[in-house]
Amino acid sequence: MGTKTNPSASNASDTNAHLTTPTRLTGSEILWATLVGEGVTDVFGYPGGAILPAYDALRKFPIHHVLVRHEQGAAHMADGYARASGKVGVCIATSGPGATNLVTGIATAMLDSIPIVCITGNVSSKVLGTDAFQEVDITGITLPVTKHNFLVSRAEDLAKALRLAFQIAQSGRPGPVLVDITKDAQQGTAIFDFEAAKPRPYRPHPMLRVEDAGLAQAAELIRNAKRPVILAGHGVSESGAMEQTRTLAERAQIPVALTLLGLGAFPASHELNMGMMGMHGEAWVNHAIQEADLLIACGMRFDDRVTGTTATYALKAKKIHIEVDPAEINKNVKVDVALVGDLREVLEQLLPRVAGRDGSAWLKTINSSKGEAAVRDIKNLPDSGHLYAAHVMHDLWRITGGNAIVVTDVGQHQMWEAQYFHHEHPRTLITSGGLGTMGFALPAAIGAKFACPEREVWVIAGDGGFQMTAAELSTIVQEKIKINIAIINNGYLGMVRQWQEFFYESNYEATPLVSPDFVKLADAHGIAGRAVRTRADVAEAVEEARSANGAYLLNFMVEKEDSVYPMIPAGSALHEMIRRPEKDPLIESPDDI
Amino acid sequence: MLHTFVAYVEDLPGVLTRVASLFRRLNININSLTVGRSERAGLSRLTLVCEASSEAGHRIRASLYKLENVVDVDDIAQAPSVTRELALIKVAASPTDRSQIFDLVEVYRARIVDLTSESLVIEMTGVESKIEGLIEVLREDEGRILEICRSGKMTMRRGHHTSGVLQALGAGDSEEAEEVAEDKAAVEPE
Repeated sequence: MGTKTNPSASNASDTNAHLTTPTRLTGSEILWATLVGEGVTDVFGYPGGAILPAYDALRKFPIHHVLVRHEQGAAHMADGYARASGKVGVCIATSGPGATNLVTGIATAMLDSIPIVCITGNVSSKVLGTDAFQEVDITGITLPVTKHNFLVSRAEDLAKALRLAFQIAQSGRPGPVLVDITKDAQQGTAIFDFEAAKPRPYRPHPMLRVEDAGLAQAAELIRNAKRPVILAGHGVSESGAMEQTRTLAERAQIPVALTLLGLGAFPASHELNMGMMGMHGEAWVNHAIQEADLLIACGMRFDDRVTGTTATYALKAKKIHIEVDPAEINKNVKVDVALVGDLREVLEQLLPRVAGRDGSAWLKTINSSKGEAAVRDIKNLPDSGHLYAAHVMHDLWRITGGNAIVVTDVGQHQMWEAQYFHHEHPRTLITSGGLGTMGFALPAAIGAKFACPEREVWVIAGDGGFQMTAAELSTIVQEKIKINIAIINNGYLGMVRQWQEFFYESNYEATPLVSPDFVKLADAHGIAGRAVRTRADVAEAVEEARSANGAYLLNFMVEKEDSVYPMIPAGSALHEMIRRPEKDPLIESPDDI
Repeated sequence: MLHTFVAYVEDLPGVLTRVASLFRRLNININSLTVGRSERAGLSRLTLVCEASSEAGHRIRASLYKLENVVDVDDIAQAPSVTRELALIKVAASPTDRSQIFDLVEVYRARIVDLTSESLVIEMTGVESKIEGLIEVLREDEGRILEICRSGKMTMRRGHHTSGVLQALGAGDSEEAEEVAEDKAAVEPE
């Protein structure tokens, strides 16, 4: 399938007529016509036997298809597209291995509540269940990692299933939906009536509860709190509650701690922003949570990576939980007030009850605890000739003005990015938080670039994770898109090595990693690049990547056995941190701001 | 503790798998599960009994509701309710010792629903303990019981309302209930 097969304008308008006038179409045409009707412009996929009828009809529709190199990439691209745009991302694959290759990407979207719709072909309904060639029970396989899925075996059921899939994917707590379409459903015909296929009105979860009593109680707790902290998560950006969260923080002078997926939902430069909480959050942030007398959890789920052991988590604090998913209430941490509903709506109801309050004493306490930790910060270390990943993150942030969309992979570099790249706006950090999927960054960045073609997009990946999906470099070239790639290359599976150093007596089993020369690898794809070995070269290299016409790869050869600090060992209490080691005298680099 | 959930689910292929899969994912064993048609067209009613911590009820109910095909969920908990189970028990009985079984069946208010020269089938409806009682007595004769088939529990709240969920929503019938649910929140997605 060629990738530049955008149909002519006249073709497109002919097709759009189907959206208003019921017309007999093949299942394949119904598939694309419904996607057009749902506003889809780009899909990420890989053809194969059971989905070929759909591909055959694609050229008649104004949808751009991106050919991936592995279906996992297609799911991550749809995911990255959704995270960057807030719209539903769409990927498509054939039956059998095509479908199973999507699974990691689907689970990634599930754990982070990302709305994607995955289309798979399947064998004809006549042979379903016979172990036909490339047949797999993908609705069975993806059942626990999708919000819902459909098996469609008749052309007449297709439009309805697809439209419902879009509704389910983006309503309530968003998530992935898979629509498996048999080959005969693609080949059969039916009357396509887009309006008639409109799903029943969205049915909110019946256990949503925002009652006056709860709002009053929450307001009372806020009024009386001496040491309150707002915990802001992914739900802030998903619900579009940035403004409301900020108003709450500013009016009541409450400091804000963010989850990894919450980064960007509250401006990093805001004086009330403490930064990231949890396993690799700064010490003062976690101390503030442990010392707090009130936690206001907004669109977050008390994941084990932010609580440490729940037995000792924020024992002094009353807890208000504002959350759209009733199944999250009291799941990990028992809360005192649960306001179960859309975060923005709940905050809008809560804000009129919250009066201004003086938070200066508590803020002063928190601020005074920062100083000691900051001087140990790697970014304040003098140039010793070594290149630290923290330097790279800090310089990337400084040089891009923090305006780029950064897509990180999983591991040490992901945490360093979260610590040293300061995000001012939502949807500027795209990362796999819940599932922690290595190989996510490169394909997700491609998806993000299609969602926001005018934005500067950076991939930051480790040498390990990058190799998991490096084949998508070809996709970048075939699509002629501009993405900048920063590989944080330390010759190890760094985060695992760090755990081995801390918890397994430095037994570096299976973590030293031989990699290809990434610059040559890029070159083989027709992508320019260079290696960077000293801090002095970072700025120039970053500028070179930014000003290059096409995609550009930077291979940062960083300190090999550096670790991410601070760190709370898994299962330990939030205040039991492994702190940054003391290092040699500190001179602030003139580049540092 | 033992939790009992009553749920109305869409009568479609795979819905039972979705329900069962949820409990598997939560690592909760299902003690008993009965499913059948209900008074509502296109909806099956199921009674599910499982052992889980006392706080688990809320999360299980909330998670059941997250399944697209689940329409109503009632956590019976300690609410006044009627629970029944059906058992079919085939026992060995020759013409000479039948009368002994007949007596037992009468005491337990069960019924004989099949009789041959070597065996008979007892049908019994009741609470679990009563069925257990009959089985225990029959077991006193070794080799007496040939087969046991039990339906699992079926539960219905006592009193005048069609299901506890509707009551919880503060509405009398399903249409009103849906309206209440829609008022409760939410947004039409874009």
